[in-house]
Amino acid sequence: MMDSTNQHTVRAYGDELNQITADVARMGGLAEAQIADAIESVSRRDAELAQQVIARDARLDELQREIERKAIRLIALRQPVATDLRRTVAAMKIATDLERTGDLARSVAKRGLSLSDLEPLAPLTRSIERMGKLVAKRMKAVLDAYVTSEIAGALDVWSHDDDVDEHYNALFRELLTYMMADPRTITSCAHLLFMAKNLERIGDHATNIAEMIHYEITGDELDTARPRQGADDTPVSEKEPS
Amino acid sequence: MDAPVIDTRPIVAAGPKAPAHGIKVRTRDVSVFYGDKQALSDVSLDMADRAVTALIGPSGCGKSTFLRCLNRMNDTIQGARVEGVIELDGEDVNARAVDPVALRARVGMVFQRPNPFPKSIFENVAYGPRIHGLTTSKSELQDVVEQALRRAGLWDEVADRLDQSGSSLSGGQQQRLVIARAIAVDPEVILMDEPCSALDPIATARIEELIDELRQQYCIVIVTHSMAQAARVSQQTAFFHMGQIVEIGRTDELFTNPKEQRTLDYITGRFG
Amino acid sequence: MTDRPDIRAAVERRLKRRHAAERRFRLYGVLAITVAVAFLALLLGRIIEQGHSAFVTHSITLDVPVDAARVDPAYPQGANYDQMAAEALLVRLGVDANTADNGRAVRDLLSPDMGFQILAQVRADPSLIGRTVTIEAPVGDSADLYFKGEISRDTPEEQRVLTDQQIGWLDQLERQGLVEAHFNTGLFTRSDSTQPEMAGLLGAVVGSALMLMVTALLSIPVGVLAAVYLEEFAPKNRLTEIIEVNINNLAAVPSIVYGLLGLAVFIGWMGLPRSSPLVGGIVLSLMAMPTVIIATRAALKAVPQSIRDAALALGASRTQTVFAHVLPLAMPGVMTGSIISMAHALGETAPLLMIGMVSFVPGVPEGILSASSALPTQIFIWENAAEAAFHERTAAAILVLLVFMVVMNAVAIVLRRRLERRW
Repeated sequence: MMDSTNQHTVRAYGDELNQITADVARMGGLAEAQIADAIESVSRRDAELAQQVIARDARLDELQREIERKAIRLIALRQPVATDLRRTVAAMKIATDLERTGDLARSVAKRGLSLSDLEPLAPLTRSIERMGKLVAKRMKAVLDAYVTSEIAGALDVWSHDDDVDEHYNALFRELLTYMMADPRTITSCAHLLFMAKNLERIGDHATNIAEMIHYEITGDELDTARPRQGADDTPVSEKEPS
Repeated sequence: MDAPVIDTRPIVAAGPKAPAHGIKVRTRDVSVFYGDKQALSDVSLDMADRAVTALIGPSGCGKSTFLRCLNRMNDTIQGARVEGVIELDGEDVNARAVDPVALRARVGMVFQRPNPFPKSIFENVAYGPRIHGLTTSKSELQDVVEQALRRAGLWDEVADRLDQSGSSLSGGQQQRLVIARAIAVDPEVILMDEPCSALDPIATARIEELIDELRQQYCIVIVTHSMAQAARVSQQTAFFHMGQIVEIGRTDELFTNPKEQRTLDYITGRFG
Repeated sequence: MTDRPDIRAAVERRLKRRHAAERRFRLYGVLAITVAVAFLALLLGRIIEQGHSAFVTHSITLDVPVDAARVDPAYPQGANYDQMAAEALLVRLGVDANTADNGRAVRDLLSPDMGFQILAQVRADPSLIGRTVTIEAPVGDSADLYFKGEISRDTPEEQRVLTDQQIGWLDQLERQGLVEAHFNTGLFTRSDSTQPEMAGLLGAVVGSALMLMVTALLSIPVGVLAAVYLEEFAPKNRLTEIIEVNINNLAAVPSIVYGLLGLAVFIGWMGLPRSSPLVGGIVLSLMAMPTVIIATRAALKAVPQSIRDAALALGASRTQTVFAHVLPLAMPGVMTGSIISMAHALGETAPLLMIGMVSFVPGVPEGILSASSALPTQIFIWENAAEAAFHERTAAAILVLLVFMVVMNAVAIVLRRRLERRW
């Protein structure tokens, strides 16, 4: 793969580009931690940790705005082309994805807070935790791929998008069974359902990031038709009556 | 005269936007020597009709030399020798039967610095048609001059002062006057050698707009140092380095996703 | 710059020295200019001081009775009109004794021009014989010098050209109002003469003009075309290089060599008439041509390549390019170079001496084949003359020559200004 091993003639330009990439990596680390902590707060019913996750989300928003500012400034002042342009644009889009991921993690933590006042539903919480770990792992893998510019890692995440969907569908059916068996669990189950949905969305953002990494490195867009099971790419949940 | 047997498979940017109007100028293995020094080696490039081909590359990479081959301006330099095949509409321009003077009426050229003759605006534009005898009456010549000035987007600015000196115009106007002078002889190809390098950004923008309009009628080949300009005005870009073509590509592709490392390094400003 | 005080002090000292060197150099420049201007002023002042008096002359108006007894109407040129004028003058002066001595003394004060004028009038109208004619003619050269104050009464008589008696007569004539000072038109309307008061520059000016015409017609077209060919068409190879070097060498060849060449080739071998403006013009054009070529080439070189490219790229042929665009742009330089080389040729003396243009030619040359003198050789001839009155005329002729040069140079400057265009 073609890589920019040479230094920019204008060194400040290269430094600015590297700064943006570093900011994105830093933001990725933060988002990863947010996901992990949110899952943890749910599984441990830890209200304090949940509060921390909610509070830390503002930092992600700020980082995203900062990256965007820097990228816009770079485009205006340096007129990047080719790899540099792709890197800048990818950084902006990945930052947006990460910011959305942060919002979703915060939402998970909020619902965890609400759940902590209700009866615990141990097996379901464990399912959520499993799904959360999977999503967090995907996010970590894709961010590692971003930092190391490894296209294989990104492609791996991108092609295993279905795992999360499968988890989501299984959890959905499980929750449905619970709610039908014992209507008192409906409140808890509804929270858990939204949590699962949020985690599934985080998984989508990881896929988006994988696509951006591919574009950044190769300049080509990945085919939009991902290798899913079944031709229908609408998540099962959206077919369900609300 | 035997037509040279050459590979006529197009050497142009591939991709979905293949040239719609066919190939106007075809070059194969063009090498240029100035005395013992080789300035260009084995350049093969096709330039589509009604499209802008941009030649980019660092100073001394041979892009201007290549441009000057296309209208045989290298003939005017003592010790210059051109090898290879250059065809205009399938006809070898270096053939003995081709008169360079006649060729240059078909292949016009615009230079780096605006170089109007120190004569009136009218005379500047009328000179070409006059020496080639393109008009038979004074009124016809006036029409040709007006048409050329209109097409160059200069008529409204100079209509009331055609008898003033060409050098009284601003730099951008002079360059448009020079373009009008070139199109007054009704060429098929227009070569531009860094036409905006002496102009301010606004004058540059007007020339670029003009190039975009002229593209509807002519095959335009432009040498430019400004990659942004190549990106803005051309449909096809060729990157020259050390007297060779490194990469030919559709302009939008070459500037977002070049295939060659040297091209990438050059356009992103990493040239070592 | 630096924080170290020792270096800073050294820098300041150095700066002072640099400024001092600058001031010194300017001073040298001003001194050099002053010296040059002073020499020029001295030279000009000396020439003007010597020559200005030649632009004024004195004439005498005299009534001369034409003695019918001494004039044969069938052969009027046989009579001695000078004698008649001298006698009329003696009568006028109230000197009765018409002795031979007195006659000669009084005749020295008059110019032979008076006799020529009487003859001319008598020839035109023979009825004047026996009547009195009124003639205005220059006074003799010595008398003229006396009136201008060049001959002083205080000089001992034996060292003067005029005797006390003659000086007395001149004073008397002046008192009677017969002598009048006026501008010396004769200097421009007459040609060379053995008599200083009758000598003028017309023949030399016409000779120089004819010669320059020949020079210009030969050297400018040939020189310009040669330069155009060498600069615009000729291939750059060893042969053209040799030619170029030799043209530069020719420009440095001493002019007397051209004179020898002219003498040997044009007069000796081709048999062209000696002393003629044609031969002079050919010789001078040989001399001027390298200068014209060099000036033209420099002017052509100064035309930007972009103009040639522009014309060639439009499909103009080489010749069209050169004659429609390059040469017109080079024209100011070509004209200036040509005019200056013409001015140079105008002042050239040595080759003209060699081809015999230094001989005494009393009339205005009729054409380029007739014998003629030229301004610089006229100066040379007069400077070598014995009569004191010729010396002031030499200086006057130099002034006239200088005026011509200044005018030509001025024309060159004006042409350059007028023709010069921006590109």
